[in-house]
Amino acid sequence: METSQAVATSETFAAQSFELTRWKKILSTLQRAPIFPLLILAALVCTAVSADFIAPHNPEVGNLRYRYRPPVWQDRGTWEYILGTDHMGRDILSRLIFGSRISLIVGITAVVFAGVVGTTLGILSGFLGGWVDQVIMRLTDAWLALPAITFAILLAVLVQPSKWNIVIILGIVYWTRYARVVRGEVLSLKERDYVRLATVAGCSQARIMWTHILPNVANSTVVIATLQLGVSIIAEATLSFLGVGVAPPEPAWGLMLAEGKSGLMAGYWWLSVFPGLCIMLVVLSANLLGDWFRVWSDPQSSQLSPVVVE
Amino acid sequence: MHGYIIRRVLYSIVSLILLSMMIFCMVRITGDPAVLMAEPGAKEEDLQAIRREFGLDKPIVVQYVFFVKSMLRGDFGKSIYYRIPALDLYVQRLPASLLLASVAMILSLLIGIPVGIFSAVRINTWFDNFGKIFAILGLSLPSFWVGLMLILTLSVYLNWLPSSGADGWKHLVMPAFSLGWVFTAAHMRLTRSAMLEVLGSEYIKLARIKGLSERLVIAKHAFKNAVIPVLTLAGINLVLMVNVAVVVETVFAWPGVGRLLYEGISFRDFPIVQTTVLMGGVMFVGVNLVVDILYAYIDPRIRYGN
Repeated sequence: METSQAVATSETFAAQSFELTRWKKILSTLQRAPIFPLLILAALVCTAVSADFIAPHNPEVGNLRYRYRPPVWQDRGTWEYILGTDHMGRDILSRLIFGSRISLIVGITAVVFAGVVGTTLGILSGFLGGWVDQVIMRLTDAWLALPAITFAILLAVLVQPSKWNIVIILGIVYWTRYARVVRGEVLSLKERDYVRLATVAGCSQARIMWTHILPNVANSTVVIATLQLGVSIIAEATLSFLGVGVAPPEPAWGLMLAEGKSGLMAGYWWLSVFPGLCIMLVVLSANLLGDWFRVWSDPQSSQLSPVVVE
Repeated sequence: MHGYIIRRVLYSIVSLILLSMMIFCMVRITGDPAVLMAEPGAKEEDLQAIRREFGLDKPIVVQYVFFVKSMLRGDFGKSIYYRIPALDLYVQRLPASLLLASVAMILSLLIGIPVGIFSAVRINTWFDNFGKIFAILGLSLPSFWVGLMLILTLSVYLNWLPSSGADGWKHLVMPAFSLGWVFTAAHMRLTRSAMLEVLGSEYIKLARIKGLSERLVIAKHAFKNAVIPVLTLAGINLVLMVNVAVVVETVFAWPGVGRLLYEGISFRDFPIVQTTVLMGGVMFVGVNLVVDILYAYIDPRIRYGN
């Protein structure tokens, strides 16, 4: 009795110290995390959440008497419209602030959607093997036969332009990137002893996939997801720029660039510069964070970065 | 080797069949294909005529066979706006796209490979860091915004280069750069990592032990092996460039297939959109096949490995 209690206490103690070292580990990791991208992304989230309170004007309603006002530091600029106004007299700053919400919502939901679909299919494909594997892999081959952005454009032409359609489209287009990587990892994971032991112990296949395989591929999934966040945001901006993404009058950054394009030759630079800078900052942060995360989760491959264009 | 080639060709054909099914199904799931083929606001009897002409009143399997047959004949439907076969339009526009993509590709290799090599040789110096920044910016900037900023500075303010159109090399500079930057970044990163791998290998050590000068080691022994993966990727990227150029061609009014796709989108001219996308897919599958076979030819591990 006593011994079992002693074992129990030492076990709890071990668990506690394990918890502690884990927290320490997380803390020390966070201390080494890249500050710049985290700050930018945090600022983006804050802006998106509090857009209703911090935006000085309504982003979709303009005042036609104040069309094409330049930013405050130029002639004709006013403090009322700090970053100027567009062709309909709408405040650029307010549109940028509300645009962050669209970019963030579309970017994150698209990444999550693609990640869930891709990871699920990747695990099924790698773990079950056989015809399931064949079908899923041939499907990814067919998917990769089209350059992602062309595929997205085709789908976007077929449906009505809207935010949620873009999320679905980007999910449909990008799931293969997760599926391929996850499948490769599962192939090696399922040969490990603990998976065999679980089989011997009578775990169902579904349980093995859920409790033993999934946690071990989560790392790679998160790395891809972080890198894909930037890709998705650029893709959304591209579709909106081409007129098949977010529908006007919503203040999506890509849409603002498309609307600002006609004013470019007349010298209305603020219509094009600011939305592009926002896209750049966010995508740059996501990429830097993703790069850092990849090196952190797998130091050996740090020099051999995968090269994905689009 | 023959077995490998046959298997790869079969996979490519399966990919193309699946691709055609995918497009076929997507068009039917999302709406009425007859509406897509007709002019906006077409009357019901016009729609009926189109359904008869394209066999859209038949069962779905017959429709698919009809769809594939006409594709194989090179009949992708008529452009609603231009009133000529969509494939003819595509072929007319392709040379301009290839020109733009080639120039962008040459630019990206001319910058990407040397910078990648020097970054690897002088790893963690200011030069390497500069290369890293250039690469990550290239991967983070939307190419159309790069184009807009170039127009703003070089055309609007400095008046050095024309902002749109296509005659003469002056029209090529800005689109080629905006299209090429992201690819430059990709080629630079790949060269750097390939070079680092090669520099750590045994035969480079041997070359150094032999007493060869560092310059000779890099230029003669390391360079060749480091550049192979980059050139392979370049083949695929060239086709990719033709397809992702749609935004750049739109910004600069460059008369290539990307611009054609944009016209198809804005005029709601579905035959054009479908043709551009499908042809892009066909080219992409084709180039991948060629590259895979070439790779297997060069590297025996691949043809026996699977």
